[in-house]
Amino acid sequence: MNTIPVKTWEQKWHVKTLLWVLLFLVIFIGAGNMTEVDVPEFFHGFDQFMVIFKEMLHPAWAYAPYIYQPLLQTIQMALVGTLIGSVLAIPFAVLAARNIMTNTFIRSIFRFILNIVRTIPDLVLAAIFVAIVGIGPMAGVLTLIVFSFGMVSKLFYEAIETIDMGPLEALTAAGANKTQVVIFAVLPQVLNSFLSYFLYTLEINVRASTVLGYLGAGGIGELLQRSLGQFRYDRTAVVVIGIFIVVIVVDTISNQLRERLA
Amino acid sequence: MTIKKTFWQRYHMLVWSVLVVALYIWAFSGIQFNGFKEMAGEVTKAIFGGIFHPDWGYVYTGDGEDLVSLLIQTLAIAFLGTIVSAILSVPFAFWAARTQKSFFHPRSTTGKLFLTFVRTFPEIVMAIMFIKAVGPGPYAGVLAVSFHSIGMLGKLFSEAIEGIDRRPGEAILAAGGNGLDVLIHATIPAVLPEFLSLTLYRFEIAVRSASILGLVGAGGIGAPLLFSIGTRTWPRVGIILIGIVVMVILIDFVSGQMRKRLV
Repeated sequence: MNTIPVKTWEQKWHVKTLLWVLLFLVIFIGAGNMTEVDVPEFFHGFDQFMVIFKEMLHPAWAYAPYIYQPLLQTIQMALVGTLIGSVLAIPFAVLAARNIMTNTFIRSIFRFILNIVRTIPDLVLAAIFVAIVGIGPMAGVLTLIVFSFGMVSKLFYEAIETIDMGPLEALTAAGANKTQVVIFAVLPQVLNSFLSYFLYTLEINVRASTVLGYLGAGGIGELLQRSLGQFRYDRTAVVVIGIFIVVIVVDTISNQLRERLA
Repeated sequence: MTIKKTFWQRYHMLVWSVLVVALYIWAFSGIQFNGFKEMAGEVTKAIFGGIFHPDWGYVYTGDGEDLVSLLIQTLAIAFLGTIVSAILSVPFAFWAARTQKSFFHPRSTTGKLFLTFVRTFPEIVMAIMFIKAVGPGPYAGVLAVSFHSIGMLGKLFSEAIEGIDRRPGEAILAAGGNGLDVLIHATIPAVLPEFLSLTLYRFEIAVRSASILGLVGAGGIGAPLLFSIGTRTWPRVGIILIGIVVMVILIDFVSGQMRKRLV
């Protein structure tokens, strides 16, 4: 049969694609209406936007010594929060990994809990922890613990699911119990990826902890909020530059270390 | 004959351990732990009480200030912000992509540095700047998400450009095509699916950040959340948290399914 394939009517007029485009446009316009987007208004108010920007172009360098201590505190918060959160994540990740936890029911429960923890935005956690333990770095650390716990646990159980099952079977055959299998066969295989995720989470936490203080959870965010509240945008600029430098330094170190681990 | 280990080979684990321990002693010393406030237990109990007895009456009231309306507004902010940012990111991605094989390339290095700066610039600061320009409300949120996401999407896009197969482009050049032909017939078809997939991924993240922009008055569900925490209206906090979690899980699921089809 040497017939040339004939396009159906739908294929000829690209009905599916057109419908997708139409749906997209409807959502796009609907979302625009709902959020009161007004493009001319943006250009109208652009000089207002530039007022802040121009002030930020003249940073108040005299303010620099004051941001030194809070910046260090931000790093400290990120280090402590990432460590505790990641360590807490280990048992949960093991219990949520398909190849270790063969009981579907228990595994699903753990995954459900981890999913919920991961979906709560960090600033929401900060607001709640400030309500619980009061204003200060403690609230920030608790936020970062929960936040990194959610992130590491998922990355980590996915890493555990890709390990070589041979050593596990060997240990089981030799009579090891579950705990021994996890300690001697699972953890050694995933240690490198665990450290790599730890560093990756640390990077994200340094970024996150710079704004946590906005809600009173310690660190450089407090100065961010104070300078914005006082309309001292020249000080805000110094704070932002400080954050920028810290993030670049931490990212560079962490990238170097992660490349060596990989 | 035994091979002598150098000092570093013999002791590098020890050196690393000492460094890490010292770093952490410093880190822990900076966090003053004054114990929990006396209220802490009570507040925690109240929060969990609120989460388990949520204020269902808030789900839909019809005045546009209820949970469902604000969640949809949050989604709209994330959606518009992501689309605008995806479009704006493309030129920045080409700016930052390292297409020559050299460690330092003025165009690519400045581009990458610029994108890092945009990424680091706190979203909340950006929201406040836009509120100054267009007044408080969801529109400021859209603008903040649009501009903030350029930093991340630009980086991801530029990595996608770096990763493509260059041979089809070379073939077009060899056959006499010009640079524009290469862009249209080789580069864009190669990067488009990945761009779409990254945009969807970014949308997932934007949903999360849109739900907190309201903390500074840029629309969405954040404002009533912060207000309820401030007034200790825990059942209200509970229902908003449930709403955010359900919304994020739903969006992650739908977007994940679509991304699977794209790749």
